[in-house]
Amino acid sequence: MKEFMFIIRGGEDKYRNNSPEEMQKHMQHWQQWMGGLAKSEQLVGGQPLMSEAKTLTEGGKKVTDRPFAEGKELVGGYLIIRADSLDHAAKVAKDCPSFEYGCSVEVREISPME
Amino acid sequence: MENRDHIDHTLNHLFRQESGKMVSVLIKIFGIENIELAEDVVQDALVKALETWKFRGMPDNPRAWLYRTAKNKAIDIIRHNKHSRVIDFSDPEKQLLTSGYTLATTMDNYWQEQHIKDDFLGMMYACCHPDISQENQITFILKALCGFSTKEVARSFLSNEDTISKRLYRTKEYFRKRKIRPVIPTSDEINPRTKTVLNAIYLMFNEGYNSTHADQLIRKDLISQAMFLCKSLLSEKRTQLPEVYALMGLMCFHASRINSRLTEEGRLILLSEQDRTTWDTELIQSGEQYLNKAAFGDELSTYHLEAAIAYQHCCAKKYADTNWEMILEYYELLLKIANDPIVFLNRCLVILELKGPKKALIALENMKSNRLLEKYYLYHAILGEIYQQLEDNSVAVTYYQKAIELTHSKQERQFLKDKIARISK
Repeated sequence: MKEFMFIIRGGEDKYRNNSPEEMQKHMQHWQQWMGGLAKSEQLVGGQPLMSEAKTLTEGGKKVTDRPFAEGKELVGGYLIIRADSLDHAAKVAKDCPSFEYGCSVEVREISPME
Repeated sequence: MENRDHIDHTLNHLFRQESGKMVSVLIKIFGIENIELAEDVVQDALVKALETWKFRGMPDNPRAWLYRTAKNKAIDIIRHNKHSRVIDFSDPEKQLLTSGYTLATTMDNYWQEQHIKDDFLGMMYACCHPDISQENQITFILKALCGFSTKEVARSFLSNEDTISKRLYRTKEYFRKRKIRPVIPTSDEINPRTKTVLNAIYLMFNEGYNSTHADQLIRKDLISQAMFLCKSLLSEKRTQLPEVYALMGLMCFHASRINSRLTEEGRLILLSEQDRTTWDTELIQSGEQYLNKAAFGDELSTYHLEAAIAYQHCCAKKYADTNWEMILEYYELLLKIANDPIVFLNRCLVILELKGPKKALIALENMKSNRLLEKYYLYHAILGEIYQQLEDNSVAVTYYQKAIELTHSKQERQFLKDKIARISK
């Protein structure tokens, strides 16, 4: 099994305007999806990220009080899972609840230590 | 000030009913190795309730308030310990507690009514693990499931806090080492395991019912907690066994008479002299219902028979109406199931009632060599009564005196002294 990172981007606007009921339904969905991954021992971990950010450029000399991306490109969270291959990991990512918020999910294999 | 008392009273009652459930759920979340952590969270919730309610008044749903507070505190603890090894998150369900995506929902799932009930019953079975001594079982039940403080447990056992702390420590160590999981046993194990639980409940009840001592508050608490635990078993299909119904019925019958057993000055009143109008008819009716429900399955337990005997007393309008023949029959059956010297003694009392002192003496003499009985005050008290009825007062007094030496109960001693005074006149 290899490890893959899901980088979840976007969805901020919709997330902010959500009703508590929608929110709860969404969280239940996360619960089911991640619960399934945990049960099949595919889940390594994952957290939503705070939206505040600082971006360092120019060799670390310049610090900007924002993420280095457009709003819809903002990384909202990450997840690390186990899968056999990149294709397999992409298949797993298809059910990610973040799509309900119009997010994109980038799937990248984590380079194994050798 | 009245408001304050009201809050104290409600909270105390609520706490006795809910703390054990909260502890059980938290043990499920944190793991059996973290019992103290679970107890601390519940204790914190109680303190917070006291402080908050004093100023803002009671919330509409105090139970929900307590649960929410405990839940939030648990979330804090998980956040703090996410990277430590204090809590074992390796179980897939618990792994979901470590992610912000799933922590809140997972936590909510743990607090669903059915889960709370299962965890509480599971914890009851863990406390009554057959390898734990009965004394330790009850100590632990009172502390972890009934919300008693170590001090209160000590008072209810007439023991000191040090002894109780040691007992609690030993039980916790046992849980840790053996990794006892608090679960309701599987169907092939549930019968024998439930017997141990019922035994602990019954002992708890007896502790509250029989040994009369000054601290009435704790005593009545023991009785109501024993009944509460038994009722919890009856609230779940898997544990609705005939014996459980029988024990519940038995406790209702005994509890119905609780207020007629002592005078205001704390003197014992004999069954024949008790004011039957003070008996709690509602409890007697509940007892009948439980006893009716106990009549299935193919096993006649001691609880069935003891309940049947207690019922005979409850349904007799006056002492003279008591159906002693029926009661004697139940005692004969009881002796067949459990050859218990105490049952034997009680049967002798029935014989005394039914057939007179000579027959009772013959029955008792069969047991003379029983060492256990020799040390039991009731044995000597009964012999005293028999000789008194045979009008051999000097022998009677000797037996009463022996009985006085053997009982620790102030009330029982006074009762026997009164008897001596009366016949020595």
